[in-house]
Amino acid sequence: MVKVEERDKFNDHLLASGHTACPGCGQSLAARLVLRAAGRNVMVVNSTGCLEVFSSKYPESAWEVPWIHSLFENTSAVAAGVEAALKITGQLDRVRVIAQGGDGSTADIGLGAISGMLERGHDVLYICYDNEAYMNTGIQRSGSTPYYARTTTSPPGKVSLGNWRPKKDVPQIALAHGIPYVAVASVGYPMDLDRKVRKALSIRGPKYVQIHVPCPLGWGTDPARTIDFARLAVLTGLYPLYEVENGELRALKIPKKVPVEEYLKEQVRFRHLFGKEDRSKEIAEIQSIADQNIEKFGLIVK
Amino acid sequence: MVKGRMLQGARAMAEMCALCRPKVISAYPITPQTLIVEELSQIVADGDLEAEFINVEGEHSAASVVLGAAAVGVRVFTCSSSQGLLLMSEVIFNIAGMRLPVVMICVNRSVSAPLNIWNDQQDSIIMRDSGWIQLYAENNEETCDLLLQAHKIAEDHRVMLPAMVCCDGYVLPHAYEIVDLPSQAEVDAFLPPYDPIYKLDIDNPTTMGAFADPEKYMETRYMIQETMKKSLSVIEEVARDFGSSFGRSSYGLFEKYRVDDASTVVVALGSMAGTIKDVVDELRDQGEKVGILRLICYRPFPKEALYEALSAAENIVIMEKDISLGGSGAVATDMRAVFYGREACPRISGFILGLGGRDITVDDIKTTISKAQHQVADADFVGLKEDLELEGING
Amino acid sequence: MKITLGTVTHPGGSRVNKTGSWRTASKPRFKHQACVACDVCALVCPEGCIFGTGQNTYYANEDYCKGCGICAQVCPVHDIEMIPEADEDG
Repeated sequence: MVKVEERDKFNDHLLASGHTACPGCGQSLAARLVLRAAGRNVMVVNSTGCLEVFSSKYPESAWEVPWIHSLFENTSAVAAGVEAALKITGQLDRVRVIAQGGDGSTADIGLGAISGMLERGHDVLYICYDNEAYMNTGIQRSGSTPYYARTTTSPPGKVSLGNWRPKKDVPQIALAHGIPYVAVASVGYPMDLDRKVRKALSIRGPKYVQIHVPCPLGWGTDPARTIDFARLAVLTGLYPLYEVENGELRALKIPKKVPVEEYLKEQVRFRHLFGKEDRSKEIAEIQSIADQNIEKFGLIVK
Repeated sequence: MVKGRMLQGARAMAEMCALCRPKVISAYPITPQTLIVEELSQIVADGDLEAEFINVEGEHSAASVVLGAAAVGVRVFTCSSSQGLLLMSEVIFNIAGMRLPVVMICVNRSVSAPLNIWNDQQDSIIMRDSGWIQLYAENNEETCDLLLQAHKIAEDHRVMLPAMVCCDGYVLPHAYEIVDLPSQAEVDAFLPPYDPIYKLDIDNPTTMGAFADPEKYMETRYMIQETMKKSLSVIEEVARDFGSSFGRSSYGLFEKYRVDDASTVVVALGSMAGTIKDVVDELRDQGEKVGILRLICYRPFPKEALYEALSAAENIVIMEKDISLGGSGAVATDMRAVFYGREACPRISGFILGLGGRDITVDDIKTTISKAQHQVADADFVGLKEDLELEGING
Repeated sequence: MKITLGTVTHPGGSRVNKTGSWRTASKPRFKHQACVACDVCALVCPEGCIFGTGQNTYYANEDYCKGCGICAQVCPVHDIEMIPEADEDG
């Protein structure tokens, strides 16, 4: 039995209703869960993107915590400034700093600023909401767009099969900075996400958490099945969930490998692999990415 | 006031910056700004200033760091030049739009390409649309004076706009000058602690940086435009306060040197005014009624005050170290607008000098003044090397 | 309406925006038969508009519910179904 009053203590509504995210938006759910884990004593620095646009149209704001949006690629630098100001005024023991943005802001345009922030050791948690394209501007390809995915700037056509490169591995880039905590989570596993955010915030220093979030519009999926698709990405091995704390790796094991077709076939962005032409070679390439992840992270329970 | 110290400009500026008690400083090295931030680094490293000094990976981040810190409600400082200023330009506009009273020194340097590390004023002039207050200094002591005033002006609740103090690269920071700097107690008396109107605060959460649709954006620009006009009087007020607090004149919007009865007035920004004043004195000795109005406050542009100061002149000769390529000099363009449609209509000529650190000689100034007295110039380049062949132009 | 300096705005103002008006197709019906009060529906609602205080008390605030259907999909005992928006029963 959970009483409403008790549950409100869990900070369920720090991202208020009335935001204009698409129905079933994975990112809006993840952002709500992040704040639920973080609580009121945080300052959030947000990059330009869906999350910023659907939550902060003047004069309506969905944010119940102090929140600032500056530009697209400087989130980590602004967060570093917020952290420095809190530090010099002795507030850093009470207030935690979160910098957040989408995969476009993280993997591409903001990567330099992230690197600087991680390298300098700021006490900031960076969260990447990975929906695998520039969704806010209309579904364009980012460095995090997966192999063969359709986006408006990597469309399949007469001489193309969609995105021609695998995902940029930003968690590994973060790890290369020698920071105390890096984690990969999924909105399909909300309690694991919650645990990882709480864990990250309990650590002083720079942290990186990446959250896989389906975008019904950009992926062409049923909004009701946002959580299902997020889980399928994990269960195929395409999106391994893991955390590295002070160099020690722990991965979320999957009970049984699900073939990648199960994940890909109902997403419009991969539909061109299931048409009249035989794309089994391409699907096999995607399967091998999943197999390599399973091998590398020891995902299958033996 | 600690008087009569022979200091390198950068050292004086760093000391003045520290006296203003910024809590977060962030900068990225670029010639000729480097000496200032190096001095500041040492001041912080020796514990003489309690501040966070953030060594960022680029100027875009330097400006972003101070933006974030200012949003939390602390006084901040950054410093850049040329390419660095251009790289942070997006953040410059962002800071003004967010009404954060960030203060910086721009060490004026030319812009690429070609690469040139020497002084002209193109870099800060490019930022004139940004909503930052811009003050131009003639010498190192004035750079320091304006820096102190800039914090006070920017943080005034009637203003709440960022401010940029501009000083000519190499000419000022690298040069040694005898300066009188105020004591910490005097600075504290003049510049109270920063009291933000809005800030990030867990006890009183705010959302900063919301987006504005077409029904709202235009008003935000109107607000800044109107505030800039109102800031003119705040700038003059702070200059007067400075004068009475520190016993030395700070001119406010501009300095008039032998202007009142002049028939020809030169208008210029920054250190070249020094050379121009010498030429003015020489020409005066020869009986010519010449003067120089050294513009200190370029943004907001003091249209009315300039009209009043210059309406009696027959010739106005603008000498500037910038060019809006394809158009005219920025200062000349603004000056022409002062007189358009008004009763007084002096002959206004614009000249471009000193780009990329090209020396501005006494002869250059004399020839320019003489030329302007005979015909109107639009944006004539002065001091070009006659013996060079310019592909596509004269060879 | 006031335009503040720097478009600073205060928390929770989004609640004036009743996104329930977006629904055209379907909305959730909480059957209140098999509910075990696991709270997962409330947890995973992107709008945060599902509330409940124990078994068979959960509901979605129709002022904000966008009808995405995630709650119906995740309920472990299938006690939530998506019904046509026009239905009176919901």
